[in-house]
Amino acid sequence: MFKTLHKYASPMHFFALARALTPWLFGISLVLFGVGLVWGLFLAPADYQQGESFRIIYVHVPSAWLSMFAYLVMAGGGALSLVWKIKLGDVIARAAAPLGASFTALALVTGALWGKPMWGTWWVWDARLTSELLLLFLYLGYLALQSAIEDRRAAARAGAVLAVVGIVNIPIIHYSVVWWSTLHQPATITKMGAPTMATSMLIPLLIMAFAFQLFFLALLLVRARCEILEFEQRAQWVKTLLGASDQSRGTR
Amino acid sequence: MTPRRRRMWTIGLLVCGMAIATALILKAFQQNLMYFYSPGDIAAGKAPSNRDFRIGGMVVKGSVKRDQKTLAVRFTLTDYAHETVVTYDGILPDLFREGQGIVANGRLNPAGLFVASEVLAKHDEKYMPPEIAASLKKKPSNLDNAP
Repeated sequence: MFKTLHKYASPMHFFALARALTPWLFGISLVLFGVGLVWGLFLAPADYQQGESFRIIYVHVPSAWLSMFAYLVMAGGGALSLVWKIKLGDVIARAAAPLGASFTALALVTGALWGKPMWGTWWVWDARLTSELLLLFLYLGYLALQSAIEDRRAAARAGAVLAVVGIVNIPIIHYSVVWWSTLHQPATITKMGAPTMATSMLIPLLIMAFAFQLFFLALLLVRARCEILEFEQRAQWVKTLLGASDQSRGTR
Repeated sequence: MTPRRRRMWTIGLLVCGMAIATALILKAFQQNLMYFYSPGDIAAGKAPSNRDFRIGGMVVKGSVKRDQKTLAVRFTLTDYAHETVVTYDGILPDLFREGQGIVANGRLNPAGLFVASEVLAKHDEKYMPPEIAASLKKKPSNLDNAP
């Protein structure tokens, strides 16, 4: 078990694994997106209070979940590289950052679009919204560090420290609606207790959540492959790989 | 201690330190992080009297009284223990209705009346189709008086 883990921590094997998995992840997420969107936007019933407007939940909630999950992936990668000196950790962290930033932005934008008709405002500075905005700034800070520091390894190190320390924000986002009074309502789906959502609305939400998750993983692997090629551009296996694909396309 | 062990401790302590610092800051700003006060807070004298603040609570059923000629409206907010009367002159959000949660921004006048300059609707975490909500209402439900 440990041996296989070690094997896939090597960039070359991870590259091969990522390449094999990517089409499956894209394919399954595409199917789930199709089912989830039709189910959520057309078949699921309208809400008793919010009418049709609640349907934005099918984009808002999965992207908000992913905005936090992507951060855990980024911080996990950072910790792997800082503590265990595993190069793949940096690759994962760098691959996850822009994806996480995008999902955070998507959650904030869909939340604002939802807030205007329901709450009567685009934005308020309550604990949930503010901590989610902070999450976006953490991602942007990480990305800024990556492009500001010329030396790749130094950039990865600085970014990893930022990512790992910033993990403190994740429980704050999650519990903000419990710890403080907020305009944002508490969680609908919790670990304990039944979800406070009718099953006919919940199933498409879960399908959408899976679709988003697989889509994220697929993008993560694609980005990780690019990062690996750049990181390892002097390695023999990369040269062989690129040489082989060049020849097969007849460009030489 | 192996170098890896040392790095693990360094990172662990760094995160712990950061968590403690954040916890202390949040504790210090507890009051400011609260988005709104409840009618109970106002009754207990916790709400500021000389500046604007926000109040949140449920609109008491049957308490909404509209002026026939203007947009002025008056209603009672409750946290199921205390009540505060709110007046507002403006357009209410679509979700504003009796029995729903709202958040109003404004200040208390000397008579203890909350004069709101902005009213936002708060909705809860429950989602269900109208038919289920209707059938729940027929039965003695726990939906209406949920906090």
